[in-house]
Amino acid sequence: MTASGHHSISRRALVAGTAAGTAPIHGEAGAQSVSAPHGTPGSPEATTAQISLRVNGQSRNLALDPRTTLLDALREHLRLTGSKKGCDHGQCGACTVIVEGRRIYSCLTLAVMHDGDAVTTIEGIGRPGHLHPMQAAFVSHDGYQCGYCTPGQVCASVAMLDEIRAGVPSHVTADLMAPPQVTAEEIRERMSGNICRCGAYSNIVDAIVEVAGRPG
Amino acid sequence: MRPFTYERARTAAEAAVAARRPHAKFIAGGTNLLDLMKLQIETPTHLIDVNGLGLDRIEPTADGGLRIGALVRNTELAADERVRRDYAVLSRALLAGASAQLRNKATTAGNLLQRTRCPYFYDTAQPCNKRQPGAGCAAIGGVTRQLAVIGASEACIATHPSDMAVALRALDAVVETVKADGATRSIAIAEFHRLPGDTPQVETTLEASEFITGVILPPPLGGRHFYRKVRDRASYAFALVAVAAVVQRDGTGRVALGGVAHRPWRVEAAEATLPRGAKPTMAGILDGARPSHDNAFKLTLAERALASILAEARAEP
Ligand SMILES: Cc1cc2nc3c(=O)[nH]c(=O)nc-3n(C[C@H](O)[C@H](O)[C@H](O)COP(=O)(O)OP(=O)(O)OC[C@H]3O[C@@H](n4cnc5c(N)ncnc54)[C@H](O)[C@@H]3O)c2cc1C
Ligand code: SF4
Ligand code: FES
Ligand code: FES
Repeated sequence: MTASGHHSISRRALVAGTAAGTAPIHGEAGAQSVSAPHGTPGSPEATTAQISLRVNGQSRNLALDPRTTLLDALREHLRLTGSKKGCDHGQCGACTVIVEGRRIYSCLTLAVMHDGDAVTTIEGIGRPGHLHPMQAAFVSHDGYQCGYCTPGQVCASVAMLDEIRAGVPSHVTADLMAPPQVTAEEIRERMSGNICRCGAYSNIVDAIVEVAGRPG
Repeated sequence: MRPFTYERARTAAEAAVAARRPHAKFIAGGTNLLDLMKLQIETPTHLIDVNGLGLDRIEPTADGGLRIGALVRNTELAADERVRRDYAVLSRALLAGASAQLRNKATTAGNLLQRTRCPYFYDTAQPCNKRQPGAGCAAIGGVTRQLAVIGASEACIATHPSDMAVALRALDAVVETVKADGATRSIAIAEFHRLPGDTPQVETTLEASEFITGVILPPPLGGRHFYRKVRDRASYAFALVAVAAVVQRDGTGRVALGGVAHRPWRVEAAEATLPRGAKPTMAGILDGARPSHDNAFKLTLAERALASILAEARAEP
């Protein structure tokens, strides 16, 4: 949790939550609390949490039902529809975004858990006319067919190369004590969390190899 | 997802106190809990976010082991230089699990407490004693290919899905906890996960609201470390069978299995035969197994996986 997270849960949400019949939270060492409608049959009150995300360099304030996943916050509330919902269960990788420098599945985390965090989506990786080298390489290598998995693939591959640079080993790293190498085998294993139903895998690997091979 | 209230705890003790509330759950990486909440298999009415607690460091212990904070991410743990060097079986097990995106989120405690991948547990239209005690078990007599071959009961034949836990079992790790009254305790990993018996919904020896603060690794064992995971695809899939092994130069060692039982499976007495090879050792480890027609192949697979480990251990200096 970040320091800014401290003040961002609105008092209104807290009070509304209590009024809606949830147990009071005071006396529990002052933990912060927000509430969603809580089992009160027919309760129309949609209580919300106020959070702030730093999305692609911009600070965005949101009032959300605590159930909102980071993916739904990005797509439905911020209209950043580049991140895709494939399975909504951590099984496909289409929703991959970069949070605080690390790739994660945005479908398996709650937006309220990321108050104050920096999030990079495909919209922040590059734009038409200003493509990230990875995006340009996907284009030149035909690293997609339908394109549905592509935003997740690109976010995952950019962060994946950072993981290799940071020395994070993989399942196929033969020597755990040696710096990992950028080989096709390593790339395939490290990108296994991104499924491509069109089967563009070999072209995706070519695109990543090209970017990885560039100096800098 | 059912509605819930949400709070962030700031200390482990505070988290344990908050969890006394009925139907409260801790949320760490969220990668298992949210999956199950979306399916309404888990229906907590209150979530306690424990990500702000710290507990994200790996520190040396006085006797030469390591203390792993409960919130250390699977990626950090696998990549830690001390773990790669002295507890490679743990790095290997972690790296064989899930995907990079999941390992970046998944925590040490959450991984230990992840729930079974029994397909009938996930299918809410089917009876399942683990989901709904007393409802019956659709898996028994159903498709059992992925399910347990040993230690199962008339109530449940599910397996524990964690790879990390299998390595921790081979390493004799210890789970440290705090309860709502502030009392702390240490639970040997061998005592941590339960067999299903007639209460398959109770998966560990943790008490309600007990909070895991960390996991202790005893001093390094030396030897060569292996984790062989056999699965339906080369990556991003749960184990059919996994074998964690630490093999010493003289051929002695330790073996723990994943994918075969309701908890990581280790039979210390059977390890005495390890210098004589995989066949007698695996016969001892899996003594009493009661596989179904669909999953009897796991016995062969486990023996052959161990044989391949022992061949590799002998091949190189
Ligand atoms: C598609 C997919 C594939 C996967 N493949 C594999 C695989 O091959 N191998 C493998 O091992 N795993 C695999 N996983 C599972 C993954 O490893 C787990 O989801 C993850 O480890 C859970 O950790 P978490 O921190 O996200 O837990 P959470 O989801 O946050 O929590 C899990 C449980 O632990 C409890 N909890 C969390 N922290 C504490 C604490 N400190 N004290 C007490 N209770 C606590 C929570 O209340 C909850 O009940 C896979 C998951 C997915 C979605
Ligand atoms: S094996 Fe266990 S988890 Fe699977 S359906 Fe039966 S009771 Fe449920
Ligand atoms: S939508 Fe998140 S992994 Fe499939
Ligand atoms: S390009 Fe269609 S799913 Fe990958």
